[in-house]
Amino acid sequence: MISHTTRASALLTFATASMLLLGGCHKKESTPPPYVAPPAAAAEAPTATLEASPATIDLGQSVVLTWHTTNATSASIDGIGSVNLNGTMNVTPSNSTNFHLVATGDGGTADANFRVTVRVPAPPVADTGTSSNLPDDATFHAAVPDIFFGYDSYDVDGAGQSAAQKASSYLVQHPNIRVVIGGYCDERGSAEYNLALGENRATAAKTALVNGGVPADRIRVISYGKEKQFCTEQSESCWQQNRRAQFNLDR
Amino acid sequence: MHSIGEPLEQHSRDAFLPFLRLPWIAMANCERSSLVTFAAASALALVSLLSPSLRAQDNVFTGTNTGVERIRIAAADFRAGSGDAGSLKQTFDSVLFSDLQNAGVFDMVSKSMQPQAQPASPKEVQLNQWSAEPVNAAYVAFGTIASEGGRVVVNAWVDDTHNTQYPQVIGKQYTEPAGDAGARTIAHKFADEIILRLGGGIPGIAESKIYYVRAAGGSKEIWAMDYDGANPHALTHLDTVSISPRVSPDNSRVAFSSLGRDGFQIRMFSLLLNRTISFPSGSGTNLSPAWSSNGQLAYSSSRTGDPEIYVTDANGNGARRITNSRGPDVSPTWNPKTGSQLAFISGRTGLPQVYIMDSDGTNLQRMTDGGYATSVSWSPNGQFLAFAWNRKYGPGAPGGQDVYVMEIASKRWIQLTNGIGRCDFPSWSPDGRHIVFAVGSGARAEVWSMLADGTGKHRLAGTGSDMPNWSFR
Repeated sequence: MISHTTRASALLTFATASMLLLGGCHKKESTPPPYVAPPAAAAEAPTATLEASPATIDLGQSVVLTWHTTNATSASIDGIGSVNLNGTMNVTPSNSTNFHLVATGDGGTADANFRVTVRVPAPPVADTGTSSNLPDDATFHAAVPDIFFGYDSYDVDGAGQSAAQKASSYLVQHPNIRVVIGGYCDERGSAEYNLALGENRATAAKTALVNGGVPADRIRVISYGKEKQFCTEQSESCWQQNRRAQFNLDR
Repeated sequence: MHSIGEPLEQHSRDAFLPFLRLPWIAMANCERSSLVTFAAASALALVSLLSPSLRAQDNVFTGTNTGVERIRIAAADFRAGSGDAGSLKQTFDSVLFSDLQNAGVFDMVSKSMQPQAQPASPKEVQLNQWSAEPVNAAYVAFGTIASEGGRVVVNAWVDDTHNTQYPQVIGKQYTEPAGDAGARTIAHKFADEIILRLGGGIPGIAESKIYYVRAAGGSKEIWAMDYDGANPHALTHLDTVSISPRVSPDNSRVAFSSLGRDGFQIRMFSLLLNRTISFPSGSGTNLSPAWSSNGQLAYSSSRTGDPEIYVTDANGNGARRITNSRGPDVSPTWNPKTGSQLAFISGRTGLPQVYIMDSDGTNLQRMTDGGYATSVSWSPNGQFLAFAWNRKYGPGAPGGQDVYVMEIASKRWIQLTNGIGRCDFPSWSPDGRHIVFAVGSGARAEVWSMLADGTGKHRLAGTGSDMPNWSFR
């Protein structure tokens, strides 16, 4: 049996406890921290991306440049000039090019690079042999100049005859040298006909050498038609460059 | 001599001639005054060619003989016979429609105008649905396509919509290995069957192939594709300059010319063995091989020091020379009808011109009267030459190179391309109704196809594709 006294003190304890609880946990009063303004947002740095599609082309084809910038106020691409902040552009590079985009903004500058590779068909080059009896190609070409031809022609004109004379006397003086003559045409006209015309040009040059005293069995001819070009501009001067019979050391 | 020619006479049904109604230009000789009249006449012809009223006439007569209207045909969507035939059906339906439309002899009911029905058998088809306005089809093609056990199986019919008693014209089953290629092949076979039975007796070209040159990074290889440009793939991997592909009449091999150490040689690629096979080499520059329909070869060779035309058997043996004149002789093409005549290109008088001769070199006849003419191709019916021509050519003179067609008997010609770029290497389709050709040059060249009256031009292969050759069948 719980005594009267115990019951009373328990009730008192309970009452005191609940008063304390219900009375709340008084927060200690303290001064709030001083107000500090949030730091001002720093200007974000710009970004730049650049790509070209396709990344590898043949000479004469074009690529599409695509670029994006953020947080920029101006953008430019080397070799093109200032451009929109985001954009695309068609370009036709004539050799392998490293495209460089620079984006400038309040937060600084950013750049991006993309390299486009252009496959340029190599102009015809004679094999460089290691025979020590033969001159090097530069010496040879200086002594044995190429013959150039008029439009659709395989006749050796006055200038061609002089070149043939020069070539013949050199070859007669150097009987150990064999020659291969390449016949070439400009890029206009049809591939098959130009191969036949190139053959006629090379043969005409061979005839000129033979007439100048060079034995025919030291000379070989190959026609390249318009399949190998010395230059690719669409101009009369480039076309003239391609209408030729070229003399090369036949190693 | 200089007047605009009369329209050509009607030919027999077999001889397709789509441009009968267009004014022909008689050949003029090379005097200066006649050239002026000539230029005026050709300008007038060009204007007539482009005038709307004449174009309206073209639509009626293109692809058929004069007076015969195009047959109106509907290609119903085929019923898919099994769940997984869905994508095969899409390929089949679209390839069948394109093949029938490309043929140039049908007036196709457009897909948006035809009934949605997919009859799966002759019992299901309701002919009056297809013959009534606005469809108005004279024939309807329908059937099923299913994929079973690794094979695609097509049951295909063509019914005459006005013959309710005995409507069936074609009823066939086709099967190929399952896959997109199999569905395409069956669509091509079925289309060719329809074209043969309903299109005037000339076989369709849907299974024919085009061989061409593909340029990449300094080298040129020989490639092949379907007649509609699908499935392009490389044949050679020689890493040099290979040009002028010409497939044999039996589709077993492709002759071409390739740059080796000693210059260009004729080489042979076997389509059966899928590799190059041996072919006798000759000295000099050897170019532009051409097959006769009876299996002889002609090509240009400079083994005597000057490019001349030679004829050999299919293995390159028994070479005999048939031209003998100073100057480049190149690009021979045989008369496919007779196998005993050749056309070729010669620069013996200066700029290259078109000539024809018998296959022993006799009866030489010059066909073009000036300009720069190359790349001649003889039509399957033996009556026409297609070639590339620049009629105002020379240092400083403007002028485009375009595809022309000339009637051999009269030497009257017509211009088929204008203003789309430098055109070259025309090649006739086996049905004589289409011409494939190259536009542009070098890395930007493209292969295009058109109907033989110049309409319906569209691109088949993209940049760097050149020198196309259409198979014999």
